Amino acid sequence: MSTHDSYYIPHKAVWPVLATGGLMMTLAGFANHLNGSSIGPGMMLTGFVIFLVMLGLWFALQSTESESGMYNHGVGISYRMGMMWFIFSEVMFFAVFFGALWYTRNLSVTWLGETGLPSGPGRSTHDALWPAFQAVWPTNGPGKVGGDFEPMGAFGLPFLNTLLLLSSGVTCTWAHHGLLAKNRDQLIKGLIATVGLGFLFVAFQATEYYEAYHEMGLTLGSGIYGSTFFMLTGFHGFHVCVGAIILSVVLFRSWKGHFTPENHFAFEAAAWYWHFVDVVWLGLFVFVYMM
Amino acid sequence: MTAVVAEHDDHHDHHDHGPEKGVLRWIFTTNHKDIGTLYLVFGLIMFFVGGAMALVIRSELFEPGLQFVDPNFFNSMTTMHALVMVFGAVMPAFVGLANWMIPMMIGAPDMALPRMNNMSFWMLVAGVLLLASTLFMEGGAPSGGWTFYPPLVFQNGKSFPFAIFSVHLLGISSIMGAINVIATIFNMRAPGMTLMKMPLFVWTWLITAFLLIAIMPVFAGAVTMLLTDKFFDTSFFDAAGGGDPVLYQHIFWFFGHPEVYVMILPTFGVASTIIPVFARKPLFGYASMVYATGAIAFLSFIVWAHHMFTVGMPVAGELYFMYATMLIAIPTGVKVFNWTATMWKGSMTFETPMLFSIAFVVLFTMGGFTGLMMAVAPVDFQYHDTYFIVAHFHYTLVPASIFILMAAGYFWLPKWTGNMYNEKIGRLHFWLSAVSVNILFFPQHFLGLAGMPRRIPDYAIQFADWNMVSSIGAFIYGFSQLLFVYIVIDTIRGGTGEKVSDEVWEDASKHSLEWTLPSPVPYHTFTTPPERIPTEHF
Repeated sequence: MSTHDSYYIPHKAVWPVLATGGLMMTLAGFANHLNGSSIGPGMMLTGFVIFLVMLGLWFALQSTESESGMYNHGVGISYRMGMMWFIFSEVMFFAVFFGALWYTRNLSVTWLGETGLPSGPGRSTHDALWPAFQAVWPTNGPGKVGGDFEPMGAFGLPFLNTLLLLSSGVTCTWAHHGLLAKNRDQLIKGLIATVGLGFLFVAFQATEYYEAYHEMGLTLGSGIYGSTFFMLTGFHGFHVCVGAIILSVVLFRSWKGHFTPENHFAFEAAAWYWHFVDVVWLGLFVFVYMM
Repeated sequence: MTAVVAEHDDHHDHHDHGPEKGVLRWIFTTNHKDIGTLYLVFGLIMFFVGGAMALVIRSELFEPGLQFVDPNFFNSMTTMHALVMVFGAVMPAFVGLANWMIPMMIGAPDMALPRMNNMSFWMLVAGVLLLASTLFMEGGAPSGGWTFYPPLVFQNGKSFPFAIFSVHLLGISSIMGAINVIATIFNMRAPGMTLMKMPLFVWTWLITAFLLIAIMPVFAGAVTMLLTDKFFDTSFFDAAGGGDPVLYQHIFWFFGHPEVYVMILPTFGVASTIIPVFARKPLFGYASMVYATGAIAFLSFIVWAHHMFTVGMPVAGELYFMYATMLIAIPTGVKVFNWTATMWKGSMTFETPMLFSIAFVVLFTMGGFTGLMMAVAPVDFQYHDTYFIVAHFHYTLVPASIFILMAAGYFWLPKWTGNMYNEKIGRLHFWLSAVSVNILFFPQHFLGLAGMPRRIPDYAIQFADWNMVSSIGAFIYGFSQLLFVYIVIDTIRGGTGEKVSDEVWEDASKHSLEWTLPSPVPYHTFTTPPERIPTEHF
């Protein structure tokens, strides 16, 4: 049988272990930095560069192998499953932070402001420590942690960002249709628009953060509202950056003419990831900004 | 479901070559058997590291009063013993078995994503190295318990961020391993190997993999919040800022309860593989075993707060979590009865793997029953955080997961190496383990019911006798495990000198595909798919 019909098993993998070493060095450096050691930042940076270079070499190898026709349909299915379940694990990661928002908003803050039944879950804490505290949202808690702040409204930059991300989802799908129809021009234009909208989103979010810190008194330290707001939107923003970088690589590969209507796993994976990031944002917009 | 394997190097193609020479073979390997071996050896080493920590604990508790170590170091030992055993020994050992056996059991040439398989192993090593490095840090290793409850966990010294990042690396490792298992099982099965023809070990691992993908990100998120609470001013677990330390416990146990099933479901799978072979009967109730595994996995997500009965919860919550937890006894009971029914009227023989498996059925059931006792919320107020819970989960882990890992070693070592292990020493290992494990853990039930708290280096003198008995059991158990190391090394180097047949165990090839391969198994197997799928397990 020809190689074409067979499942490709690589024999030796050099980049994964080196990338792991880089990531470990990054984290050890970060931990040292948090512990106040001066070697931390340098170690972190070196490790991170190693990590990125090794990942880059690994993906370059994958791309070369794919181009030389070494991956058959079965390999493609494995990759798709891998990406699908990776995205599911990301969903679970975001679920934790959404869960924390839901729990604190509906339970712990309510309990801390408890004035109802004497046997209510937070009644004793309320009476003994913070009898004046009333449960409201947004809040920085009965201790007014982080000082006065102004909560982030939904219908300024965040609404604009919602429109940006939603249209980037459309342009991404438009590019996919271009790829399937062998319309190279549409593919590349669609991807450029998607990447552009992605980075614009990040720029807007940076502006929003700047305003929060410098004009609204809203920081990561602004009690539970600041914590949930910045951790949720921050991790999302990080994912937008990663997604936009992945899409840039896909754009580069499209420009090189790598993808065919039958064989374009990298494009699909990037698109799935992008739509996932999109959906998370809709959750954020509703639960963090609007409600 | 493709048939033939192609083999490529970075530069040239050459077909059917064996392993590379030297140490680089192991570092850069993508071969599922090599990676399986790495995982198993790593797990065995960590088993002794974690075991040494356990012996420090039992030495200190041999008598009342402070003997050998200071209390903070004692607490480090209880914390590190748990982390090393869970994340360094039991989980990696089962991933090792998955790597070795799943491709061979479903007739696949290798795991679906071999490069990621390599990375998954090294992420594990990186995570454990970060964790182990904390032993040598200012303030010592983490000592707030493996659950990392805030605010206690913030009192750890320099070790704190290292432990957090270690969890991140271990999480990445587990998620990658789990994705690989899922892709392999769904995509690489030989033609004719339908889902309901898969050996139960493959089924239990498939379900375990889903658990892992769902929970490891949750744990990663929880410890990330710990990190930001300590270093970046967030208030997730601080009531003054509107957060709640109990929130951490909810998130942790949403991870933690499925996590303990990650360690027990593959155990069930191996037991369901071994028992039919030595009972010379098909597994009783194959389909019900599959459904029971699924049911246990589902229930594991909706019972987490039974770890938190005493922390403060509305009564409705206590009741719900109590009844939901009790439900788990039903699918678990199905399994225990199925194993028993498999042995019923079987032509049983009692080689070492079977001995360990039977002991598992009996002793795991006992661990299960004490679990049922603690599910009863009002009585849990008495048992909570005592040695009773220590006895309970050690019964579900040591004479269950660890015994079955030993059984798996005896069962498959002849297949892997082509040599027979020394049955006499194997049985000695079994009897020493089976007796001493009960001397070690059974008295802890009494201690717990009498009120001895867990995680303390000193205790009131009325607990002295049973602690001494328990410590004696611990030393016998710990040192008798060295026999296993001896047997493994001896078997690799030739064992009894008897060359085993392809089948190794009588009629084993009726049960599962790996026994149709030559012994020792070649470096590459099922490069063409098998022609016949064993159907004995129906």
